[in-house]
Amino acid sequence: MSENGKPKFAMYWAASCGGCEIAVLNINEKILDVDANFDVAFWPVAMDAKYKDVEAMDDKSITLTLFNGGIRNDENEHLAKLLRQKSQILVAFGSCATEGCIPGLANFSSMDSLFDAVYASVSTENPDDIQPQYTYEVPEGVLNIPVFYPVLKTLDQVVDVDYYIPGCPPESHQIAAVVGVVLAALRGEVELPPKGSIIGAGHSTVCDECPRQRDVKKIKKFVRIHQAEDINPEICLLEQGILCNGPATRDGCYARCPQVNAACIGCYGPAPGVVDYGARMMTAIASVIDSRDPEEIERILDGIPDPAGSFYRFNLAHSLLHAAKPAWKDGYTSAPAVDPGIRKN
Amino acid sequence: MAEQFEPIIIGFTCNWCSYRAADLAGTARVKYPPNIRLIRLMCSGRLDPTFVLKALAEGADAVMITGCHPGECHYIEQNYKTLRRYLLLRRVVAQMGIEPERVKLVWASAAEGVKLAKEIEILVEEIRAMGPLNWPGRMAHAQTAAGAMAGHTNGAGISQPIPEEVRA
Repeated sequence: MSENGKPKFAMYWAASCGGCEIAVLNINEKILDVDANFDVAFWPVAMDAKYKDVEAMDDKSITLTLFNGGIRNDENEHLAKLLRQKSQILVAFGSCATEGCIPGLANFSSMDSLFDAVYASVSTENPDDIQPQYTYEVPEGVLNIPVFYPVLKTLDQVVDVDYYIPGCPPESHQIAAVVGVVLAALRGEVELPPKGSIIGAGHSTVCDECPRQRDVKKIKKFVRIHQAEDINPEICLLEQGILCNGPATRDGCYARCPQVNAACIGCYGPAPGVVDYGARMMTAIASVIDSRDPEEIERILDGIPDPAGSFYRFNLAHSLLHAAKPAWKDGYTSAPAVDPGIRKN
Repeated sequence: MAEQFEPIIIGFTCNWCSYRAADLAGTARVKYPPNIRLIRLMCSGRLDPTFVLKALAEGADAVMITGCHPGECHYIEQNYKTLRRYLLLRRVVAQMGIEPERVKLVWASAAEGVKLAKEIEILVEEIRAMGPLNWPGRMAHAQTAAGAMAGHTNGAGISQPIPEEVRA
């Protein structure tokens, strides 16, 4: 509790884009409830605070911490451990913290190739070939920047996590619902869900929420959405040969993308019971291809130019393989905290 | 002299054909290398790519998927799904930096004990020449399995890594 008697709230961003913070602000007038009921102790995007202020707090003095972003460097890991120590409830907030998300796609590549892409590719003007140095001496002393990890990790691969809120970003109505539950729990009206639960999401798949008509799926040809000549707005996208990740993806988003003729790309993560998201996608897609001839099957599969990227777009860092071999080759500094596995509903 | 590398191969067999082929090989005293550990499924169509990825992530050097010949599936057409999954899985596995030859599909009827034994022998030699996969997450999983079992809801019941002594 803070001096004004309110429970403390914190939000932190690690390797993320900032969309999660915007999603929190998008809960509109409910943000006033957050302000009325919580004392914002630490939220670098919204207010000035120093890490040493957090370090000075008593352990477990923050009631609720929403942590978004993956663990990309040692600063991210330090803050994850610090906030775990200072928080009663630590929530992996958004796809990056729960399963790696887009930053986790870097796990397909070696660290060298990542640095080359950023500092030495044709899109970068860097004539002196300046590369970042972890330590640098200046007249005033030694400067340090965070050490980059070869493999991006999810929050639960470095610390114990109480709850997961999936989504890229989480839908605002879901955030508002979670805030409502936490507030009701603080007042003693309801009990919090069991530890390890996925909250702010559904218990089925995106297909279940999708209003498009579904029939028998028999696919002879995959087309990328921009190549499709005519998309029927009433019929299942997958049945029209457009790769849609709905069958493997958890619901909770109201199937927003398929509703506007865009295929689901899987941001809400694995549906209940799915251990490896990409494996579930492979199962689903292979089942609906309408051919028994190996050569024809290969031709149909050629319509999916980047299967691993499409099936693990949000989930690579939390998949069974965690990262492709080139990324592993640079060495792996510390072990994941847990085995990727089934999270509770 | 260095010891010969003994690959660990996980083999998924179908209850109605390849499992019986392996059984027949045993009855007929047809030898095949002990590097393969067979797991029986009711049908090759039961094979979730998760099984293959888990095997590779946790210490297997290769996976052999076996099922009834095309057109002979006990469940009519599930082995065609296996074929399609296998072809898709190979593409994904290659993108993960794993040699696609480490995942192999073999059709073997209940009468083909000799054929199955031969295919196992071929795969073991291929993988022996290729060298260990040693998926780097494996040790990380092993170190933390105890932690995952002790209370954390995520890992419960999912992982039992292959101990180092089994490999030796």
